[in-house]
Amino acid sequence: MAKVYPVLTLVAMALFAVAPAVVARTPVEATMGLVQKIFYYHVPAAMVMFIAASVCGVASAVYLFRARPGADRLAVAAAELTVVFGLIVLVTGPLWARKSWGVWWQWDARLTSTLLMWMIFVACLMVRRFGGAGAEKLSAAMALFGMANVPFVYISVNIWRTLHPTTAVIPKLPGGMRGPFWFCALSFMLLFGLLLALRVRLEERRAEVEELYLVADHD
Amino acid sequence: MMAFFRVAALVMRKDLTVEVRSREILYTTIFFAVSCVLVFAFALVKEGRPLEDAAAGIMWISVAFSGTLALGRTFERERHAETLRALMLAPASRPALYVGKLLGIVLLLLVVEAVLVPLVGLLFHAPIANSPFRLMALLVLGTIGFSAVGTLFAAMLVRARSRDVMLPILLYPITIPVIIAGVRGTAALLEPVPAVELADMWMALLAFFDIVFVTLALWTFEPLMTE
Repeated sequence: MAKVYPVLTLVAMALFAVAPAVVARTPVEATMGLVQKIFYYHVPAAMVMFIAASVCGVASAVYLFRARPGADRLAVAAAELTVVFGLIVLVTGPLWARKSWGVWWQWDARLTSTLLMWMIFVACLMVRRFGGAGAEKLSAAMALFGMANVPFVYISVNIWRTLHPTTAVIPKLPGGMRGPFWFCALSFMLLFGLLLALRVRLEERRAEVEELYLVADHD
Repeated sequence: MMAFFRVAALVMRKDLTVEVRSREILYTTIFFAVSCVLVFAFALVKEGRPLEDAAAGIMWISVAFSGTLALGRTFERERHAETLRALMLAPASRPALYVGKLLGIVLLLLVVEAVLVPLVGLLFHAPIANSPFRLMALLVLGTIGFSAVGTLFAAMLVRARSRDVMLPILLYPITIPVIIAGVRGTAALLEPVPAVELADMWMALLAFFDIVFVTLALWTFEPLMTE
């Protein structure tokens, strides 16, 4: 199993190296011009953020109700990745907004709810780090509340009138944009899966080391 | 089902009895809420004229801050007297204990709001008597939503290290939607001509948040409080 990781890492690196060339060939959007290209990174990162938050929420629920240590490790890994990919979304979004809306930030429903969801997962990691004994459960509860936000963030653009484009944009992409978009989306998802697996492995190794320490202390 | 509400009512009565005898949390929280409003008054009232539309925001910020204080103190008392363990050992369902605690905190905060809201109205020239019943309903719904999450996390944090810092860190990101709905709804009611339909929309949203938060809290309280 461990041998798969270097191969997948190489594949992910290759995909991300090719991505700029693929994006460069896409048609230039009529109204926004060149800046629209940030879309190929912003939206896939947001998709991965939603996936990571959902994985974290489900793993946390399993940990809370079944007390499986494996689920807790998966939850930490997914929470960290939610924060990382969320940061990409929250950085690329304002860069794009500055050019196309003329402002860095707008307190509309989509932007606000995304920021709040990201903050919930940051708090989730903070309580795990600084909360002391028993903080995993607190963090798991926090993640459940964070996951409850995911559908809300996703549909927010369709309910409220926001500056942010609605979710209907993706299925309606013109031909020249659709291929590159899904190429980028798959690259991000592969990267996410890879990082998740590696991070879980790291947690497992840590748990093993801790057990060995305990055994060594005992002798 | 009857046993559930009986346990909840008993827990609430216990909390209220302790509070009525000492009045510690009530007095300190009211004093804190009033000082909070005064700080805002000094910051935002210039030459006798308050900032436009500031009243609704200040009302809810003060509720959120003093609510955090009250939540922390309520459970600190339980920890100090080791009574939370006794509660947990009692042959009663955990969700019922949660509901009892929640009701106690909601009632306490409503008393605080009864002092706070007229004060904000006075200092910021807000017409709080325009549609009093709607304003009350908004405050009740918002307080339930805020306390539903607060009670859950404050109860869990009883045993954690650095609980004083952790409570606001966990509480605010989750409850900001409640604060937003509360502020917007209240602001709509405090217009010279109350925007009733808009306020009702925010009220419906608050009710939705309440249902989601209470459900999630009832669902997770049991596994979270098991050691």
